[in-house]
Amino acid sequence: MRRRELIRFAAAAIAAHPTRSALTALGVVIGVAAVVMMTSIGLGAQQRVTNAISGLGTNLIVVSPSFARAGAGPARGAAGTQISISSGDADAIRAQVEGVSAVSAAVRGQSQVVAEGANWNTRVEGVGADYLIARDLGVGSGRMFDDVEARQGRKVALLGATVAKELFPDGDSLGKRIRVGSVPFEVIGVLATKGQSGFGQDQDDLLIAPLQAVRSRVVGGRRFRGDAVQQIYVKAQDETQLDRVQEDVTNLLRDRHRIRPGDDDDFQVQNLASILQASQAATQTFTVLLGAVAAVSLVVGGVGIMNIMLVAVSERTREIGLRMALGARRSDVLYQFALEAVTLSVAGGIIGLVIGWSGALLMATLGNWPAAVAAWAAPLSIGFSLIVGLVFGAYPSWRAAQLDPIEALRRE
Amino acid sequence: MIEVKDLTKVYRMGDEEVAALAGVDLHIGRGEYVAVTGPSGSGKSTLMNILGGLDRPTDGIYMFEGEAVARFDDDQLADFRNRRIGFVFQSFQLLPRMSALQNVELPLIYAGVAPEPRRARAKELLERVGLGSRTDHRPNQLSGGQQQRVAIARALANSPDLLLADEPTGALDQATGQEVLALFETLNRDGLTLVIVTHDAAVAARAKRQVGFVDGRIVEDRRNAAA
Repeated sequence: MRRRELIRFAAAAIAAHPTRSALTALGVVIGVAAVVMMTSIGLGAQQRVTNAISGLGTNLIVVSPSFARAGAGPARGAAGTQISISSGDADAIRAQVEGVSAVSAAVRGQSQVVAEGANWNTRVEGVGADYLIARDLGVGSGRMFDDVEARQGRKVALLGATVAKELFPDGDSLGKRIRVGSVPFEVIGVLATKGQSGFGQDQDDLLIAPLQAVRSRVVGGRRFRGDAVQQIYVKAQDETQLDRVQEDVTNLLRDRHRIRPGDDDDFQVQNLASILQASQAATQTFTVLLGAVAAVSLVVGGVGIMNIMLVAVSERTREIGLRMALGARRSDVLYQFALEAVTLSVAGGIIGLVIGWSGALLMATLGNWPAAVAAWAAPLSIGFSLIVGLVFGAYPSWRAAQLDPIEALRRE
Repeated sequence: MIEVKDLTKVYRMGDEEVAALAGVDLHIGRGEYVAVTGPSGSGKSTLMNILGGLDRPTDGIYMFEGEAVARFDDDQLADFRNRRIGFVFQSFQLLPRMSALQNVELPLIYAGVAPEPRRARAKELLERVGLGSRTDHRPNQLSGGQQQRVAIARALANSPDLLLADEPTGALDQATGQEVLALFETLNRDGLTLVIVTHDAAVAARAKRQVGFVDGRIVEDRRNAAA
């Protein structure tokens, strides 16, 4: 019950100087708001990257040509310009690597698509029949082309939901004729809606068609000589096989590309799980860094509290002396001032939390930046402001408690 | 009640040692009304601080109701001041942001008295000093005499054994000073032990006993006939 009285004393002292108290707490308000907002931004970035990468498909291995071939080795003139992986590689992986459930080569480009007067510019992907399986995509209506159609390079296409809506606002697009660039295609399906990616990209704004039909005629060009492709998607049967499949693919391709032991690969094999891990580690560092910078302002806020508390102790020296004469123990005086500091900083922390949260939400809605507001920010920031109050209130409170009552009473 | 033997208090002033009290022997019985007089620097305030448990003697014995106060630690001294002693200061020492009632409640708060009985006790004390209708007034809404009466009510809060007053009339005009002294006499008649430090001969003359200090020593100790 004595504690409760001490809290009342502290509250009364804070209420006695409302402006000063508000300004003192402001430091902590800003500090906590900064920490909350910065970590929300960091976490948002982290979530966005995670979503983007895992949105590509599960148990997925991506083989892409490697252009960075700096350093030693015989200078292959075309290494930087010519694409080194081919649909032959994709076929070889499908035939020779075990534990693979789907393999699809892919080329992509941007093209104008025309239908019955409607006109839309979209991403065109030339892929294999297993592409949807590899990428965990689904067909909304109609069907996917089969392996035979893929091999024959039939002019059939599946539309992303956005493209379907733009080209055929009235709905039914199945069986309709469209032109991709100058090449006529028949629409045989519409892809299931996927929505926005973590990077804010519309994942339904695309068209897919057999690789053979698209290559050279639609997205071709000098870079696509022969049967070169931009990517080979390899889906492992399950997570436990991922590492082995990755290794087998690497060995197979080195073999096919006749890369001598010790030489660098002219392709890279990336496992989505490891990409995810790496980028998560990166954004986590980013989050911690942002949080640390913001935490500095929290410390500055603490210094402000210490400053004002020292002023308060010297202003109220006589009051302290009187309280001691009336029977306050040194610990009572210590607690009274410590409580004052803690009350100021925790109040600042709560206000800062509310501001930080609102700011993060505002950014999320206005700035189209997915600020993830972490629930743990609440106990953490209140805990932090409590610690700041204790640490920076400790010295002034100790000074107050060490006063000599006679000297203190004599002070004018 | 109070037994002081060979009490000394030495202050260091730079390299010099100044003896504020140079061997004081004093006995004060229950129910006494003692005026401690002497010029400034004679050691009377130092004695009051030690008797009140605000300060510790350098040497000597201070027994209060059989307890060796000189050996108390800080917390024991705080509790001693809280329960055994009531202080009245020349400048009242009321907290300006608190009402008269809240000021009187302060010692009760440090004694751990619950809010309800605490308020009742503070009200009763303010009535006793004639301020029953001014309980919600802030100190700056009260006259000097009224403020000193609030301070006396506060000093009486925990029913102390000893009331120590340091120049209690020093900041008051003649008439209100008389009122305060009259109040002291009433309290003394009811059995309270009083020690007043003053250099005002008229104030000292109204006490039952006068103890005179010069240079840290008692030079005079006599009973006033009139009281």
